Amino acid sequence: MSVYVARSREIAARSLDGEMIVMSMRDSRLFTLNEVATEIWLAADGHTPLSRIVEDKVCAKFETEPEAAYADAENLCRGLAEHGIMVISDQPIESAR
Amino acid sequence: MTDTVSITTAGGEPQPSLLDQIGARAEARSIPLAAHLDLTWKCNEGCVHCYLDHSVGDDMDTAEVKGVLDQLAAAGTMFLTLSGGEIMLRKDIFEIVAYARSLLFDVRLKTNGILISERDADRFAEMGVRQVNISIYSHRPEVHDAITRVPGSFARSIEAIRRLKSRGLTVEMRVPVFKGGADNYARLKALADELGVRILFDATITPRMDGGQAPVALNIDADTREEFYLDPAVTASLEDACAPPTPPGEELLNGHSCGAGFKSCYITPQGDVMPCVTFPLVCGSLRHSSFLAIWKSAPFLQIRGIRNRDLDTCSSCSSLSSCHRCPGLAFMEGNMRGPSIQDCQNTYAQTKVPTPLYPAAPLGSAPLRGPAHSGQFVPLAALLPAAGDRSYRESANY
Repeated sequence: MSVYVARSREIAARSLDGEMIVMSMRDSRLFTLNEVATEIWLAADGHTPLSRIVEDKVCAKFETEPEAAYADAENLCRGLAEHGIMVISDQPIESAR
Repeated sequence: MTDTVSITTAGGEPQPSLLDQIGARAEARSIPLAAHLDLTWKCNEGCVHCYLDHSVGDDMDTAEVKGVLDQLAAAGTMFLTLSGGEIMLRKDIFEIVAYARSLLFDVRLKTNGILISERDADRFAEMGVRQVNISIYSHRPEVHDAITRVPGSFARSIEAIRRLKSRGLTVEMRVPVFKGGADNYARLKALADELGVRILFDATITPRMDGGQAPVALNIDADTREEFYLDPAVTASLEDACAPPTPPGEELLNGHSCGAGFKSCYITPQGDVMPCVTFPLVCGSLRHSSFLAIWKSAPFLQIRGIRNRDLDTCSSCSSLSSCHRCPGLAFMEGNMRGPSIQDCQNTYAQTKVPTPLYPAAPLGSAPLRGPAHSGQFVPLAALLPAAGDRSYRESANY
């Protein structure tokens, strides 16, 4: 089963010196994403499967084991989804387009 | 990759630690993390203490405002305050807010709220506006309405607070404190509590942007100011707020008193860029230059070059560590490197330690510099002391 991820619309965000700063509009929580998390977050367009994002944006750029990278990425996305700054689904996310 | 950092408080506001870290990084790299953009100076209220000239027009049109927002986003601005005047008088307000949100700004609105309908509140909530600030001048409707000179404005502003709050927006009640206005801070705090919103009091009434002194005369007197700071509805921790000053260390002397011009800026409805709304030094016009060109121009660079140790008088003041010095007020009083009487008085009211200008000089006695209006650039060199004409000590003796 594929996993799709999209950036929530209920956020504010800005890249600060290469690091992504994200604020949830839901509860004003503030997050900073590291370089790898930023790559995933920026690629989370709702219609590219997470596996493809990890392959293209993580494994291609960083030295990492694909399975471990995917597991980490999914954990990251589910964590961000709990905080309302990312949407995760087993279907393409049309509202993110 | 999962070292996300999240912070929150019970009230849902970011804790200062991460914000401070982000702010420090923005300052170190001269990134304008926050911007205050006035969309118009026109207003549907006529507040007696207002610092704006509501007759000034020539507001940027929708395309110009969007262009400014594009530039701010590219420059790294995340925190955007849209204010006025009254923003709801702009027919394109929703288009502007929607555009700002599409650029992922954290949008905060300042409004009197009296034109905000149920549908408007819905739209702001749907767009993801995070916070709305609404000014309330007294817990007594007749006092508030007399200040705004709009009958019924208190009831309408309070209704707007309820509407916005009910949609989940963070609403902050702002209470400027001045003669003839709020005098029962506990009642206002109770009103905010009943509405479920935060409240922020501010007892500094600034000169008009055109240099006019009339609003300054409305500042509360010394005794009232002391009562203000000692009121538990205003000051949560008297122990912290009124603690005696500690000798400033190297870090404080090498720092600066405010982020204006370092990590934040103000933009007028006509596109003039200034360090802050209370620091009316026109550094350039967005109708003639790009934002980044202005942000990196000589006036901003000179402001960013001023450290506490460079300040006339303040660098050797024993209250430096307690003072929330506003360089804009100092600028309007004649010297951006100097002290401001209002800040000296505020600090004295809290610590009872004499400050350079208070109690020696009464509030409002300083000559005020008339700042520039749109297109009237004030050369910074004309405002700063000559290099050899500074009274600060290069090596403070603390």
